[in-house]
Amino acid sequence: MKAFSYGRAKSVADAAIAASKPGVKIIAGGTNLLDLMKLQVETPSTLVDINRLPLDTIEETSEGGLRIGALVRNSDLAADPRVRRHYGVLSRALLAGASAQLRNKATTAGNLLQRTRCYYFYDVTKPCNKRVPGSGCSALAGFNRIHAVLGGSEACIATHPSDMAVAMRALDAKVEAIDHEGNTRTIPIADFHTLPSRTPEIETTLNSGEIVTAVTLPPPPPGAQVYRKVRDRASYAFALVSVAAIVDSVHGRIRSARLAFGGLAPKPWRVTTAEQKLTNATAGTTTFDAAADAVLESARGYGSNDFKIPLTRRTLHGVLGEITRT
Amino acid sequence: MEMDGPVGANALDAEKIVGKPLDRIDGRLKVTGGAHYAYEMQQNALYGFVVEASIARGRMASIETMKAERSPGVKLVLTYRNAPKQGTGNHREAHPVLTGPVVSRYGEPVAFVVAETFEQARAAAYLVDVKYDRERGQYALPHHLALARVPHQPDGAPADSEVGNFSDAYASAPVQIDVSYSTPLQSHAMMEPHATLAMWDGDKLILHTANQMLNQGQRVVASTLNIPIGNVRLVSPFIGGGFGGKLWVNADAILAAIASRYLKRPVKVALTRQQIFHVTTHRSDTIQRIRVGTDRDGRIAAIGHDVFSGNLPSEQVYEAAALQTRSLYAGPNRLTRHRLVPLDIPVASSMRAPGEAVGLLALECAMDELAEKLKLDPIELRIRNEPAEDPERHIPYSSRHLVACMQEGARRFGWDKRNSTPGQVRNGRWLVGMGMSAGTRGNPLRFSRATVRLDPDGIATVRMAMTDIGTGTYTILAQIAAEMLGLPIERVRVDLGDTIFPEAAGSGGSFGAASSGSALFEACHALREKLAGLAGMDPNTARFGDGHIATGERSVSLTELVGSGVEADGEIKPGRNNQDFSQQSYGAHFAEVGVDQDTGEVRLRRMLGVFAAGRVLNAKTARSQAIGGMVFGVGAALHEDLVLDPRFGYFVNHDLAEYHVPVHADIPASLEAVFLPELDERSNPLKSKGIGELGICGAGAAIANAVYNACGARIRNYPITLDKVLASLPDQA
Repeated sequence: MKAFSYGRAKSVADAAIAASKPGVKIIAGGTNLLDLMKLQVETPSTLVDINRLPLDTIEETSEGGLRIGALVRNSDLAADPRVRRHYGVLSRALLAGASAQLRNKATTAGNLLQRTRCYYFYDVTKPCNKRVPGSGCSALAGFNRIHAVLGGSEACIATHPSDMAVAMRALDAKVEAIDHEGNTRTIPIADFHTLPSRTPEIETTLNSGEIVTAVTLPPPPPGAQVYRKVRDRASYAFALVSVAAIVDSVHGRIRSARLAFGGLAPKPWRVTTAEQKLTNATAGTTTFDAAADAVLESARGYGSNDFKIPLTRRTLHGVLGEITRT
Repeated sequence: MEMDGPVGANALDAEKIVGKPLDRIDGRLKVTGGAHYAYEMQQNALYGFVVEASIARGRMASIETMKAERSPGVKLVLTYRNAPKQGTGNHREAHPVLTGPVVSRYGEPVAFVVAETFEQARAAAYLVDVKYDRERGQYALPHHLALARVPHQPDGAPADSEVGNFSDAYASAPVQIDVSYSTPLQSHAMMEPHATLAMWDGDKLILHTANQMLNQGQRVVASTLNIPIGNVRLVSPFIGGGFGGKLWVNADAILAAIASRYLKRPVKVALTRQQIFHVTTHRSDTIQRIRVGTDRDGRIAAIGHDVFSGNLPSEQVYEAAALQTRSLYAGPNRLTRHRLVPLDIPVASSMRAPGEAVGLLALECAMDELAEKLKLDPIELRIRNEPAEDPERHIPYSSRHLVACMQEGARRFGWDKRNSTPGQVRNGRWLVGMGMSAGTRGNPLRFSRATVRLDPDGIATVRMAMTDIGTGTYTILAQIAAEMLGLPIERVRVDLGDTIFPEAAGSGGSFGAASSGSALFEACHALREKLAGLAGMDPNTARFGDGHIATGERSVSLTELVGSGVEADGEIKPGRNNQDFSQQSYGAHFAEVGVDQDTGEVRLRRMLGVFAAGRVLNAKTARSQAIGGMVFGVGAALHEDLVLDPRFGYFVNHDLAEYHVPVHADIPASLEAVFLPELDERSNPLKSKGIGELGICGAGAAIANAVYNACGARIRNYPITLDKVLASLPDQA
């Protein structure tokens, strides 16, 4: 760990100004950042602590949705009665992630901004384009069991590890941000994370000096909500594949469907064509297969992650079967 | 005492204290933070941080330490250029560090940075700039089987064994199976990292270090640093788990010792979690082939077990995965062979029941496959091959109750409800199956000595250089002394973990309790004789109880006898019983798993282990040991997999986020261990057998067999992860 200086932001504006300076990192829960600093993956010269800023509330919006402060802890968000009642997929996704101790510290914005769990990214002695642009990707021809089969590039096939963000993607959440000049903007979550292409070191569309202040959820969509996380052990493991599904169906007739996937891609993944295959269709193998085909149309395995393609098909099949039977 | 002949009735048979499920006597200290581990010792120490080689094979073209040396707080940067010359040998004989520019394995320390604070040392460590000339190496076991050689371990069992004519008998057997299994590289993953606080008093070295076998460690440190053994003291009263990873001296101890001598200040170091995977030892992966030929009734005519494992070219230690096959089942024609492949990866050594833990993962699944082929119940197949004597050594078993374990387990578990056809039982989206396995583990005894002293305050003090690695050794030793001397357990004090005390075996290989407990038994026996003599009583008829010694109507308080204190020594040595009797502990595992019909995720639903392992010294800690072993079995079957990247010769998933061990959610509430009553007259004076590793032996195979029964997936390359199961799952409706 490189020596760093530490300060507390007095206001949101203060934090945004600090974030615009080189070498500064904002710290909230610190559950990912501190680990990465210990391993010299992150080497900020200054940490600006925002934990005391008033960004830790969940409010109802005038549209009938929720506005979740950037500093709301994952545990608190999962336990919020409004979230549990109307956004069950989000509550379940949160509780499927990490451990109770980590969820008590981890924040909403921090969860969105966490870095990949790629083994090679975590080891500074190994080439990694995300860590050192141009150094090469060790995962492409290496051990890539947890890596992406969708959305990757020849520069990087790392996945985004969040469960929470997958549910938010299915819920069409929006990310609110403020910059160092006080300008605010709202970024649809679909546009928040970026694909690696040739610049895997860039992971979001946040600008320098821009910090996340809240995530808003639109009014709850119709239908049943399911979050299914497939993993190598029962807890404290990242998703090999996860599915956030919101499906409105009656007697096997699907009226609308939203599907978001984790563990498959560099960002929470959604495929509109797959949802279209389900809309106004009859639940059953043919329909589910068509949806899976659409999801996996451009999927590509890299060796140790080849299994994710059939696994995704089977998991989606199981989730859709379950959700359309209810 | 040497173990020759039967033990006969003795003072422990009353089992007034021994055997009882008493709480750990050190439990309160541990949960209140009063138990101080090596790294917690405060001695105004400097802090060290290890710099690891980031190549597997080659040499350092340059090593630039100037920046690190000028970094704040830094006192010393040790490299091969300023490290002293050290003794050499394999990893059980010496542990020289920083010996030269050559790198022979990934993670080998190339520098050691010492600073005023841990943070300063760590920051400076990243400033050490090493340039390497990489050389090609051999890293992956499966790629280099052609290089295999016969290992020679002077103090171990022979690598090969042969009885009768295996190949002819196998070839002519009417029923045959010939299957290959593989087990992955594994890491111990104990909770406490390897850590040492080193300090010198003149030319005498004191190491507070996390180490399982202190006397062995003392010898290794002395021979590495080229100093007299009497000048080395190892202190290790509390150890946060070892699992074999702390049997030998590791780099932390030697680096701290060298730096401390150089700086004339105490130096402490703890390996980081990530460093542990490469800097210390691991378990080799194995490739195993099992061939069994039987008659049409399932009676074994020929059994063969071939094992490949890997290690550094300079090492002889191999994974003895065929050992149990030499004694577990009957059969006149037998062949076992171990081959060692030289590899340029970190040192492979003992981990959690070396040999049996992975050997039974293959053998006991092969038996399951054989039972299916013969259309026999797996328990019945094993009963038909229950030997009357050790089938290779042709000597009797000291005690063996494998059949009783299987039958009692079957009754308790509801084995008769198992549907022997795979894939027939469903519960919601889960395919449910049951599996079983036999378990066995060798029962070694090692030289140990103990002192026990009774003081006028009525406190008995036990001293020995034994360790307690979290197993409950303090408690069982207190129980033995209390029982022998007729004292309440609160009046027994146990001092362990220091080489100034009498030599003891330490903790490993399931020999700890038997060896240390027997030495203590002998010491207590000698003390009883002294006390009887002081009381003018016949030691053979004197009764010890309630702090008194009594004979007939006469009773004397022990405190009145001891004057300023009475002390006695005892020792135990393995004797003829080792050669004359085949000594193992036994068990049977039963597992029920669910396999997700969509995803292939395997989750354990319930599990039972039934064991027969001689006298149980503490029912509570024994159960904990057995359950812990079974959880290891869950990990071996389903999770643990240290992945080698053959491009770099290193372990990719070197942290606990990605090296998966079972978490609480993987272990069902219904996981139970039961011990059958057994006394072994030939094992040791306690009539006990080792249980430290028995729980793992066979546990994983029971789970693997349950997976097969659940969904028809016979996975022969561990661990059984969902990607391997997917292809066997039923079509989705």
